[in-house]
Amino acid sequence: MQRLTHFWNWLRRGRTGVIGLPYLWVLAFFLFPFLIVLKISVSEAEGVLFKDVLTLKEGLLQLSLKLSNYVFITQDDLYFKTYLSSIKYAAVTTVLCLAIGYPFAYFMARAKATIQPALLMLVMLPFWTSFLLRVYAWKGLLTEKGWVAEALSAVGIDHLLFAMNAIPALGKYMNSPFSLVVGMVYTYLPFMILPLYGNLAKMDLRLLEAASDLGATPWVAFWKVTVPLSKAGIIAGSMLVFIPCIGEFVIPELLGGPQTLMIGRVLWDEFFSNNDWPMASTVAVVMVLLILVPLAVFNRYQAQAQEATR
Amino acid sequence: MSARAGTIVSRAWLAGGYLFLYLPIAALIIYSFNDSPIPNVWSGFTLKWYAALANDREMISGLSLSLQIAFATACGSVVLGTLAAFALVKYRRFTGRTLFSGMVNAPLVMPEVIIGLSLLLMLVSVQRAIGFPERGMLTIWLGHLLLGMAYATVVVQARLQDLNPQLEEAAMDLGARPWQVFTLVTLPMIAQALMSAWLLTFTLSLDDVVLSAFLSGPGSTTMPLVIFSRARLGLNPSVNAVATLIVLLVSVGVVIASLAIARAERRRQQDIAAAARGA
Repeated sequence: MQRLTHFWNWLRRGRTGVIGLPYLWVLAFFLFPFLIVLKISVSEAEGVLFKDVLTLKEGLLQLSLKLSNYVFITQDDLYFKTYLSSIKYAAVTTVLCLAIGYPFAYFMARAKATIQPALLMLVMLPFWTSFLLRVYAWKGLLTEKGWVAEALSAVGIDHLLFAMNAIPALGKYMNSPFSLVVGMVYTYLPFMILPLYGNLAKMDLRLLEAASDLGATPWVAFWKVTVPLSKAGIIAGSMLVFIPCIGEFVIPELLGGPQTLMIGRVLWDEFFSNNDWPMASTVAVVMVLLILVPLAVFNRYQAQAQEATR
Repeated sequence: MSARAGTIVSRAWLAGGYLFLYLPIAALIIYSFNDSPIPNVWSGFTLKWYAALANDREMISGLSLSLQIAFATACGSVVLGTLAAFALVKYRRFTGRTLFSGMVNAPLVMPEVIIGLSLLLMLVSVQRAIGFPERGMLTIWLGHLLLGMAYATVVVQARLQDLNPQLEEAAMDLGARPWQVFTLVTLPMIAQALMSAWLLTFTLSLDDVVLSAFLSGPGSTTMPLVIFSRARLGLNPSVNAVATLIVLLVSVGVVIASLAIARAERRRQQDIAAAARGA
């Protein structure tokens, strides 16, 4: 028993270091940089430097905030449209990932126990190989004479996509809303499947037997038992897809076109092409405001999942 | 729906899903052997794009830089991630725990453009104040470390939660000192999680475009940045060749590592079973 108290004492003494080091790290490299972005977004540029927001002048503390960037962003049509269309593409991607991923995860979880590890491994493997290269590969598949482009035209899906205004012309798939959404669904599908699978694999199948004993058809039991029980997985998966999609840059840059406005690309251009750091910072702050609620939902879910397993 | 129809739907859905996931990779590999420089026009088998890579100095120096950064990122992430996971699992209450877990989890979903921009603006401010650090390998590493730590924390944390605390207590009852408990009991039990976290953060860093673009300086162009700048301009057979090599190396590495991890885990379970029988 004495040794046990000894161990706890050791842990308690080590506690400062174990908590302190990673804590300081995230404060310094995650929170603090964001505060700087916030500051720069309201600062007046002076050549390459920025005026201090707080200045001590004649014994008086002066606060000078330049809010013109924010005013500009709310009044400029293009920014507003871009934010809206980012949300739209992220939402469409999330819904499609859920529609494809839920049955996929469900069938995985109900497959024979012996092949489940292999099935899981096959979902994880593309996840390990380069994301950039897999997105690039779609460029080849969707340009003229690409495999997928040929197949889609052969079955005539291009007529449907064209009617939906998702492609610019019949038989042309690249640089369109369609190619962008395909790239995003493709990239983020494993992020939807994995939490859903984790959730569905743990489900107690006796609950379904109980439902069936009580007269529910498999279809009713699925909607009234399985789906509500997998709510946590649905939320986690949707957030893991929706939030990063809003600010996605690489996929719109490689697969999107002039029609597909995405806010991540606007931020990139403000920073790298226009060198307008305050404007880029403002765009970033507004983007964070946009994802704040989904982010809080995600964090709450993560915390709950961490508590639940104890 | 009959059970048989259900099985058919389930098989078809899984097959379709895997086809969707693997089709692009297959296309990349096949067209890396295409003789014609025009994309999507097959004109015969060749290895010339691979031969050309040997003289592609931009790509080779990018690869060497990327490997160094990925190695350092993986090591740093595992250390920081293990500490953070310990903090979150072993100390259930401390001041600012919610803020801490929020800040550790947020980089998992936060759009990378925001992380890249904010880190860069901070590093520029710091550099103006104290003249250090220059943008380059170090700053890229710092960015990757932030992302890698978040992933490593999740992986290690999941393992730590599954651990039976009685094993640590038993070791102490048998006279082990705290440091020995950690190195002889806790560490071997979480070793496979540390290994997966290392591999995951290594590949993550080897693949990152956005953070590297914000944080790189003149002369520090990583391999993904080289690939990205070529891919932006259009399809390029040299990219296909690099892609094939990376995909093959990573798949082989991951499969071998997971087989080794699975075997170690089986042996451990057998040992536990044998010990239980002995007792």
